Amino acid sequence: MAAVSAGGVVGAEARYAVGELLPHAAGEVPWSTVVVNVSGCFLIGVLMAVLAVLSRRARPPRVARPFLGVGVLGGYTTFSTYALEAHQLAAAGRLAVALTYAVGALAAALAAVWAGTALTRRALR
Amino acid sequence: MTPLLIALGAAVGAPLRFLTDRAVQRRLGAAFPWGTLLVNVAACLVLGTLTALAADGHAGSRVVAVVGPGFCGALSTYSTFTLEALRLTEDGRPLPALLYVVASAGAGLAAVGAGWALGSAF
Repeated sequence: MAAVSAGGVVGAEARYAVGELLPHAAGEVPWSTVVVNVSGCFLIGVLMAVLAVLSRRARPPRVARPFLGVGVLGGYTTFSTYALEAHQLAAAGRLAVALTYAVGALAAALAAVWAGTALTRRALR
Repeated sequence: MTPLLIALGAAVGAPLRFLTDRAVQRRLGAAFPWGTLLVNVAACLVLGTLTALAADGHAGSRVVAVVGPGFCGALSTYSTFTLEALRLTEDGRPLPALLYVVASAGAGLAAVGAGWALGSAF
């Protein structure tokens, strides 16, 4: 539980740092959330593929999944901000941008988790 | 100051997601990721409410930092969400995977809207 909590803090701070580096004005596409969610999804694909291989060969450290997976990457990526931003783009009258963001960010994140998994499995084979 | 406030919220949000997911899996099983769906929708509801309250001046920037990017950001997750969708697909269950993705996005957006309406009512 402490590992999840500590990991969540690390992840949330990393998300905040990306937001500071890539600020966006109201009514603009929130690229920082896209970067955070797509990179976080790619990394969880990598992590889970690595842990799957490790558990076949040896015993992976027990804290890896709760700390890195549930904590750091779970706290780093965010679903609520994604939904809020899509809602706010729509509320600002930018319906096409809102819809493109909602669908595009989702598709990119799904592609990222698939790519992270596939590339890692290939590299470790 | 903001990073400290975010840490405070995230330290609670991430373990709450973990505990909720475990409790939901105990009751409903692990065949469909109901736990992640629940925490994501709940975080959307809270964040929508908070943002409306803040827009009307009923919530200060400190409360927003703790509850918004801190608590809601860590309570909700995108990485577990997409990972679960991928696993459903790899397990030969593309229809539940599609339902999961569409239901998450639809319910998340609806929850933000409902929260926004709730927060604006104050």
